[in-house]
Amino acid sequence: MKFRNRRIVAVAAVALSASLGLTACGGSDSDGGAKASGGGGGGDVSITFMPKNLGNPYFDTSDAGGKKAVGEIGGKFQEVGPDAASPDAQVPFINTAAQQGVKALVVSANDPKAICDALNEARDAGTKVVTFDSDTDPSCRDLYVNQATAEGIAKAQIDLISQQIGDSGEIAILSAAANATNQNAWIDLMKKDLADHPNIKLVDTVYGDDDDQKSFDQTAALLQKHPNLKGIISPTTVGIAAAARYLSTSSSKGKVALTGLGTPNQMKEYVKDGTVTSFALWNPEDLGYLAAYAADALVKGDISGKEGDTFTAGKLGEFKVGADATVLLGDPFVFTKDNIDQFNF
Amino acid sequence: MSDTLLVEPSAQPAAARVLGTLLRSREIAIGAVLVLLVVLTTLKSSGFVFSSDGWRNLLVSPALLLILAVGQAVVIITRNVDLSVGSTLGLTAYLTGKVFIASPGMPVVAVFVIGLAFGGLLGLVNGLLVAYGRVPAMVITLGTLYIYRGVFLSWAGSDRVNADDFPQGFNDLGTASVLSVPVVMLIALAVMAVVGYYLRTARGGRELYATGSDPDAATLYGLPVIRRVLVAFVLSGALAGVAGVVYAARYGTVSSGAGSGLELQAVGAAVIGGVAIAGGVGTVWGAALGAVLLITINRALPMVGISDFWQRAVVGALIIAAIVLDRVLAARQERQLVAARDLARREPDRRKAGTPA
Repeated sequence: MKFRNRRIVAVAAVALSASLGLTACGGSDSDGGAKASGGGGGGDVSITFMPKNLGNPYFDTSDAGGKKAVGEIGGKFQEVGPDAASPDAQVPFINTAAQQGVKALVVSANDPKAICDALNEARDAGTKVVTFDSDTDPSCRDLYVNQATAEGIAKAQIDLISQQIGDSGEIAILSAAANATNQNAWIDLMKKDLADHPNIKLVDTVYGDDDDQKSFDQTAALLQKHPNLKGIISPTTVGIAAAARYLSTSSSKGKVALTGLGTPNQMKEYVKDGTVTSFALWNPEDLGYLAAYAADALVKGDISGKEGDTFTAGKLGEFKVGADATVLLGDPFVFTKDNIDQFNF
Repeated sequence: MSDTLLVEPSAQPAAARVLGTLLRSREIAIGAVLVLLVVLTTLKSSGFVFSSDGWRNLLVSPALLLILAVGQAVVIITRNVDLSVGSTLGLTAYLTGKVFIASPGMPVVAVFVIGLAFGGLLGLVNGLLVAYGRVPAMVITLGTLYIYRGVFLSWAGSDRVNADDFPQGFNDLGTASVLSVPVVMLIALAVMAVVGYYLRTARGGRELYATGSDPDAATLYGLPVIRRVLVAFVLSGALAGVAGVVYAARYGTVSSGAGSGLELQAVGAAVIGGVAIAGGVGTVWGAALGAVLLITINRALPMVGISDFWQRAVVGALIIAAIVLDRVLAARQERQLVAARDLARREPDRRKAGTPA
């Protein structure tokens, strides 16, 4: 009986203190906000970065870019986030950030809807919300910083392959699953871009299902089936790494060009051994950098998220807000053996 | 000729006996299909065999599944099944990467020993649950398939091991050759030879067949059934571990999806190779040939321009054909035995004389 009583008391105490804490925060939003930025003096902007999950090299890179930008602005940088990228894992962190009264929250959403309510509560409390890398519903944020457009991604890959094979010869595409929406959108756009390269002929499109083993075997089959193949485009990070692995050990190494979308860590080995000359992806560091400047511009009131608003993002120059309150980072970033060692994701 | 089955084998001429064994041998049939497949594909595209890459791929690609199929055959022979091998393979492949990241100077042989031991441990878990829990192996290993994969997912997350993380010597293993036979294939063949020899000649190996033929009879006879089942699962797990190390060497990239779906291919290979799913029948040579056939079909079909969908359908058709063939042969043998028995009852004298009707 005693034990049970004690437990009830404990639960009651926790509940009471929690409700006190909540009411305290709810009642003094503006105070809380002032406190958070008060430490560094007058015009400081506190910007909190929230990746999909912590310990993810991709987001480590983007948040490093964000930190750099916040440093240039003279604001206060903070990085918080869940350990696992599950849909609603970010909600408590968003609530905490709102209670702390941070001026801006830069989020890569694990789910377009699950964190919506929490984000809107934060916005009601005066926090500006910028999404990057992965968007929420447009109604839950002030601005979305988009890393790349489908058109830009398609064009970058066609440009790379045409450079590498001297703008003529047979090429093939190694995609992910046959029903992958983004892959198919890119492939369609690439086919359109190929109209400008009459000497390049797309002879085959095969699917590796984003499986290392299958992509690897499909690459072997492609090379066998098309002895005159000059190049392969793989617009998927798994595919390009598996294709590079196969090429690097085959007699086609150096004869068949390979490009596509990949991450530097996966591709380092193959760029250094000469299997791959260059491949594309956006630069997550620039993405985080731009997102921080966009958040700052929102907080300062330079932009409101309206189409046509412009702001300057440090070394990256001037950006314009597009439709649906979206800012585009720009053309994909090209990785070569000269710059690949600067990245770790 | 229906009563030849009741004649003492030695009563038949030696040549007829050998011929009969060969004709009935599933291994020979699979081998013939395999050779035919390779010849036809080579006629269509000579690089399939006659180019350095083609030759190597022909031998390297099946090695992984061959190792898994040998382990799977042993388990199926004991009237069990091991569905967790794909997850075990993936987990061991990732462990291999982590071992090399932690101590880059690790000798390759030591890594194989670690893979073998780790896989064996995971197999032991399966074996203990199946042998002592007296729960169908399909349920237990379906459970551990998900559990091992779950452990893998939470360990690796979105992380992956890249080719960059492996020492060059290990990466080269995926393509190295001795006398133009790839090392990976040599490993697989060695595994097959050792396990096959054990199953064929060793007492323990024969007891595996006895266990699978009729577990109750084996127990009554005093065979250590529990121990045999444990051995089969540990072996299957250990071989999946070896396959995991081979996977890492061959593909150079290990992410949390590595090896998923391979367990069904391993079961398929064993079944195609004549290992009866009801236990007690089959050889590891057959399972190994089944694995080579399965992989080679998958590689040959795209080369002759057959689409992805049909590749899968062909594999499915092969498995069903193998089962139907088994069923037809079993029914035919049963009919023959019944007919021979009836004949023997009616004409006991003729049977004694050993002259077939």
